[in-house]
Amino acid sequence: MDTAPLHDDTATRPQGWRSVVADWSSDQRSFKEASWGKVMMWIFLLSDTFIFGCFLLSYMTVRMSTTMPWPNPSEVFALEIGGAHLPLILIAVMTFVLISSSGTMAMAVNYAYRRDRRKTTALVLLTALFGALFVGMQAFEWSKLIQEGVRPWENPFGAAQFGAAFFTITGFHGTHVTIGVVILLVIARKIWRREFDNQQPGFLTGRKGRYEMVEIAGLYWHFVDLVWVFIFALFYLW
Amino acid sequence: MSELAHGADGPIPAAEVPEMELPHPHGWWTTYVFSQDAKVIGIQYSLTALAIGMVALVLSWLMRLQLGFPGTFSFIDPQAYYQFITMHGMIMVVYLLTALFLGGFGNYLIPLMLGARDMVFPFVNMLSYWIYLLAVLVLVASFFVPGGPTGAGWTLYPPQAILTGTPGRDWGIVLMLVSLCLFIAGFTMGGLNYVVTVLQARTRGMTLMRMPLTIWGILTATVMALLAFPALFVGAVMLLLDRVLGTSFFMPTLVEMGQQLRYGGGSPILFQHLFWFFGHPEVYIVALPAFGIVSDLISTHARRNIFGYRMMVWAIVVIGALSFVVWAHHMYVSGMHPWFGFFFATTTLIIAIPTAIKVYNWLLTLWHGNIHLNVPMLFALGFIVTFVNGGLTGLFLGNVVVDVPLSDTMFVVAHFHMVMGVAPVMVIFGGMYHWYPKVTGRMLDSAMGKVHFWVTFLGAYAIFFPMHYLGLLGVPRRYYEIGETSFVPASAHDLNAFISVVALVVGAAQMLFLFNLIWSLWHGKDAGPNPWRATTLEWQTPETPPGHGNWGRELPVVYRWAYDYAVPGVEQDFVPQNQPLPPRAQVAKGDATP
Repeated sequence: MDTAPLHDDTATRPQGWRSVVADWSSDQRSFKEASWGKVMMWIFLLSDTFIFGCFLLSYMTVRMSTTMPWPNPSEVFALEIGGAHLPLILIAVMTFVLISSSGTMAMAVNYAYRRDRRKTTALVLLTALFGALFVGMQAFEWSKLIQEGVRPWENPFGAAQFGAAFFTITGFHGTHVTIGVVILLVIARKIWRREFDNQQPGFLTGRKGRYEMVEIAGLYWHFVDLVWVFIFALFYLW
Repeated sequence: MSELAHGADGPIPAAEVPEMELPHPHGWWTTYVFSQDAKVIGIQYSLTALAIGMVALVLSWLMRLQLGFPGTFSFIDPQAYYQFITMHGMIMVVYLLTALFLGGFGNYLIPLMLGARDMVFPFVNMLSYWIYLLAVLVLVASFFVPGGPTGAGWTLYPPQAILTGTPGRDWGIVLMLVSLCLFIAGFTMGGLNYVVTVLQARTRGMTLMRMPLTIWGILTATVMALLAFPALFVGAVMLLLDRVLGTSFFMPTLVEMGQQLRYGGGSPILFQHLFWFFGHPEVYIVALPAFGIVSDLISTHARRNIFGYRMMVWAIVVIGALSFVVWAHHMYVSGMHPWFGFFFATTTLIIAIPTAIKVYNWLLTLWHGNIHLNVPMLFALGFIVTFVNGGLTGLFLGNVVVDVPLSDTMFVVAHFHMVMGVAPVMVIFGGMYHWYPKVTGRMLDSAMGKVHFWVTFLGAYAIFFPMHYLGLLGVPRRYYEIGETSFVPASAHDLNAFISVVALVVGAAQMLFLFNLIWSLWHGKDAGPNPWRATTLEWQTPETPPGHGNWGRELPVVYRWAYDYAVPGVEQDFVPQNQPLPPRAQVAKGDATP
């Protein structure tokens, strides 16, 4: 199993690029420091990158192919708060919340490796809360736009592709965040019930629980955040 | 377990990680149905793929009946014909070839050939199969919905794929797109398993450069699939939205039956780019496992080490990388800036170099080999011939100026059937004759196998060779009937009838193969653990068929590469990978075994 390695040979191993060559020409494992789960998550994220990449490239293509004017995102996503007209205010808050959640996630990973059950649980839950807050604000944004008449197939502001790309891409990203929140809640429950301390087998997979799962979930979470930065830059700022 | 062992080129490191925990089955259901054993999952994948492949085979008969004898069969109307074409193509490429090579051969062979007990995440692996089965069922369901399956052509190009004139516009296209999304989700689960198992769960002594080429082919194809399927996924999701919600990702302003549709401003070319960014790598997702498997078949049955192993590995990797930058050669007639045509033609033709390296290396492996013309070897040789044939016509189609007149003719149909239809299927058959003894403990009947091979091989040539000629005459592909077209001579019609008759005969030969698969389960010769006297690890298991966990108490240790056949000075003509230094009379200076 992919728990702690049997031997610690850190001292004798070559450094830098030589270590990469040595690892890839060795037997058993190509990534000597990484567990199976971590390698799997990285490769999955690579594949997922291509999905979001294709979505964003498609968005750029239809933005060029449409003959109608593209709506001005600063205006469409503006809010009137207390009589003040604030462009992109909601997106700014959403982005801030999501980036903050990456911070709490990183702290959770840190405490997980110190086997600090209480702090890890609290930070994982806080991350999930930020995530849920983000999805909630997205739901608010969606309903506001829908009330203003924006639909996937048409909108009052200009090119129909604006709504199509907006709902598809933010919907797909929001689904990722939602799945992430569910994963974090499950993990928080497992930590709290000492399932990682006691290496209890998982309900579906039967694999022993271990604190590394916090880090693997963290990889996913940071990825979803990173994708949001691109969506933010390419959809809202452009 | 952790004692130092010595391989051909130095000491073999001790085990780095503890052994994996296996989810042991608790009864009949978890042993044979909801099994988490990669071998059972591989068999499930293979049988499902063969079953849906039979559907596609029957569809090809129906198409050939119409093309060979137009107007004779009243139940084949133009709508049905387009549905047959579409479903035949999509099933064969995605649900048969991809699933059989990666899900079938991949699942069965990866853990065994690497000396692992199972895939790294057996539960996810099991889920992969069940989602694949669901995708197949959704696809099959489209035959029974109102309007029938989609008739958009396997490329599903919008706008026509979702316009009312296309058969299956109401339900068929929706089910097709949903099925593709499910397939991709299921494949991703399996694919992650294959890659992580190869990279992280090899046994002691199994370096990447000691892996059999089968594994290299499957690994590279899986990595490619994980990067190429996302484009199809995105294309399918957006086409689904265009169809169901009325978005206009791919739909330009259109007038249909005098009515202006509500679509407008989308880019049909965008779908072609997304589709072929998946579609071209897909060709090699199917071809690379075939390359790998055929290398092992040739080496084993010619009793000779593979020629240029390192070159073979790098050729696989280079082909895999290059195949991501050639996709637009499928779109020369879609309208493209000449510079892009130039770029994509150049990259396409560069692929000929690593591919030619592989072909030469197969031939040089056979050179002076002790060739056993048994059934797997026959199919391997058949593969080389059909693949070279299809590859050469690929050089025609890769050039823009030659492609433009040949595009959308039967020449293209002949080309891709030769190179990614017949050739990989030859390897699938070869692989099944080769590994059936390990899966069941019995040999497939070789007399039936030889009939199967010769009818299939000669038949495939009789079908597809004349098609090149039809294409050069200008006979278009995807046409329900040619009718009285002035540039098509009467001989073309006779040729079409001939092709159809042969196609039916070749189809019948596949029934013989299926019969052989079942008959040999009980009546096949007892195979023993290693009937081909092969070196790779799957033939060295303590039990045949291998039990759950593959190996006994101890994992095998690998001392050498997979191709130690006819090593000079060694008594036996093969040395298994897990055998320590060979019992040789005198060890010559400068050990030759890599």
